[in-house]
Amino acid sequence: MSDGIVGWGAYIPRRRIKLEEIAKVWGADAPSYKRGLQLYEKSVPGADEDTVTMSVEAARNALARSGGVRPVQIGCVYVGSESHPYAVKPSGTIVAEAIGATPEVHVADLEFACKAGTEGMFLAHSLVKAGEVEFGLGIGADTSQGAPGDALEYSAAAGAAAFIFGADPERIVAEVVATYSWTTDTPDFWRREYMHYPRHGGRFTGEPAYFRHTLSSAEGIMAKTGLKPSDFAHAIFHQPNGKFPMRAGTKLGFEREQLQTGWLSPWLGNTYSGASPIGLTAVLDIATPGDLILLTSFGSGAGSDSFVFRTTDRVAEVQASATKTRPQLEDNKIYVDYGTYAKLRGKIRMGE
Amino acid sequence: MREVAVIGTGLTDFGEVWGKSLRTLWAEAALAALADAGVDELDLITVGCMSPGLFIGQEHLASLVADELGMAGVGAARVESACASGGLALRAGFAEVAAGLADVVLVTGVEKMTDVDGATATYSLGTAADQEWEGFHGITFPGLYAMLARAHMEAHGTTREQLAAVAVKNHANGLLNPHAQYHLRVTMEDVLRSTMVAEPLRLLDCSPITDGAAALVIASVERARELVGDRPLVKITGSGLATDAISLANRGSLTELAAVRLAGERAYRMSGRTPSDIHVAEVHDCFTIAEIMATEALGFFDEGSGGSAVEKGLTALGGRIPVNPSGGLKSKGHPVGATGVAQIAEIVAQLRGEAGQRQVEGARIGLAQNMGGSGGTSVVHILEVA
Repeated sequence: MSDGIVGWGAYIPRRRIKLEEIAKVWGADAPSYKRGLQLYEKSVPGADEDTVTMSVEAARNALARSGGVRPVQIGCVYVGSESHPYAVKPSGTIVAEAIGATPEVHVADLEFACKAGTEGMFLAHSLVKAGEVEFGLGIGADTSQGAPGDALEYSAAAGAAAFIFGADPERIVAEVVATYSWTTDTPDFWRREYMHYPRHGGRFTGEPAYFRHTLSSAEGIMAKTGLKPSDFAHAIFHQPNGKFPMRAGTKLGFEREQLQTGWLSPWLGNTYSGASPIGLTAVLDIATPGDLILLTSFGSGAGSDSFVFRTTDRVAEVQASATKTRPQLEDNKIYVDYGTYAKLRGKIRMGE
Repeated sequence: MREVAVIGTGLTDFGEVWGKSLRTLWAEAALAALADAGVDELDLITVGCMSPGLFIGQEHLASLVADELGMAGVGAARVESACASGGLALRAGFAEVAAGLADVVLVTGVEKMTDVDGATATYSLGTAADQEWEGFHGITFPGLYAMLARAHMEAHGTTREQLAAVAVKNHANGLLNPHAQYHLRVTMEDVLRSTMVAEPLRLLDCSPITDGAAALVIASVERARELVGDRPLVKITGSGLATDAISLANRGSLTELAAVRLAGERAYRMSGRTPSDIHVAEVHDCFTIAEIMATEALGFFDEGSGGSAVEKGLTALGGRIPVNPSGGLKSKGHPVGATGVAQIAEIVAQLRGEAGQRQVEGARIGLAQNMGGSGGTSVVHILEVA
């Protein structure tokens, strides 16, 4: 019995800040940042947007594409994020309650830097495959943190993606062909308790962390499935900036055209747990039946999850059933200045 | 004073060597030098290292590394003079052998710089400036060298393109050096378009942060003759050490590096050589302007003409006096304590005729100039093949 995605959805806040606006405040050289990181602007969550609200919006879009899955049929809800609003108290309970999946539901919050989203997908898919639940919901969402003036401030963005997994052949839009994970203890990026902002090991986050794990994970799943880059219609890699996913993809032998659709970071920024999952939603939005899709996430610390999906005839039928990802990225944008951004991101300490 | 020869050299690869600790890097270079020299008994170990306390939280380094080599018991001393620590380690070992206190000395330099983030590395390096006159007011080394560059441009008409020509040349040389941190061809346009660091210096005017180690075995010429066999005997014929005010504010001039001039004069006098006798030189190009000013202070070119000399190719491989055939600090990398020792290893390779594709034809007399801070210390050595 096969299983797969039965519904997908994304949520991207409307607000944006341009890289120049951030660079101006810190006296940084915007053209070299743009050239070096291939970043132009990033999403900014509004005052009423956080990991929970974005997860709910993305989950509702996924339900709208699910061919009438009733929320109470969802047996597990996993929210992957490194910006859960509470340190102790789950995000997942609020999300499950808001979409109407409670109370007979297994809920957990996950954290693994930028790959917590694909972990939720991995677990939801596995429980469905095991026959433990009828449908499972995996979400990646973040209002990412970057310290003022730090290199991460140019990329840390907000967004969410949700995927409902199921085994009902009438509803599957993208069958899970294989999964594969590649993990080591590589401390390239971390945030300790009570720290406001994460720290990173500078250039250590590149070769030994991001590239070693994403390349090994993608190579591993291709070896496991006997597939090669040219077999895929699309490939999506974790996108901490514009440069890394393109370099990882082309290094593996993918063509730019295969990477382009899910490559959102130059205009979205790094949505951390949401990053590669939102890329997958953009791909499913335009995929045609029979497409093979590679998804490879990366989380600092460090690990990389890979999925191979094959789309079904049903994918095209539900694409228009909810708002698509590209329009959320490209339309109705509100640009904010650094002061507004600082207020919205809680970077201004208020008086008593 | 006894004559002293270099009988073995050893280098690690330079770069972001995240997989090796300071002691591992050091031992790798030390073992390579001992193997090259064919000796396994030492009278003394000297270690040039600028700031292991700030970079890896380790002081008491000389005994630590002697033990790492399995040579606890042998006398060992760390010497420090900021980025000139390596040159000073050779000077210290040279003095011991010349004075007859030791016969065979392992001279080493090492720095492990990438265990800390960029801001901490910048701070640690910044402690080589005068903290009261400079550091506490916020200036870092790119800013200090930028002021020297600006003064040189004002006084002598040195151009932005001439600064860039140093980086272009040294990166071209580094392509030929398997130990170099960067193997990339850099064009004039690449330098002029790179990120501004401290006007007029851009990213590609600056040497990088590097992990690495270098080692030499030196011996009395008498002992060396027994050990070198058929290989050329490379003698250290001149050694000069000099200081200047650390802070730019207390310097007599901003357009010349007086410590380099003095150290050079002392080394020339000891060896009986003049600048025009030198066939190949390694100089301390921590920033592009530093190479231009060093080649003037060493008397290779008149004051103010170092910029046009590099532009005309006089310091390129095949030029009148090839400077930094190794790629220099710019391309080979700058693990600060190791730099002065690695410079000597390059000169020895050149004089032995073992420098491969970057060999300077007919090189018999070479010079190495190592510098601390913005020129507060300089060490110059002249080496000759017998």
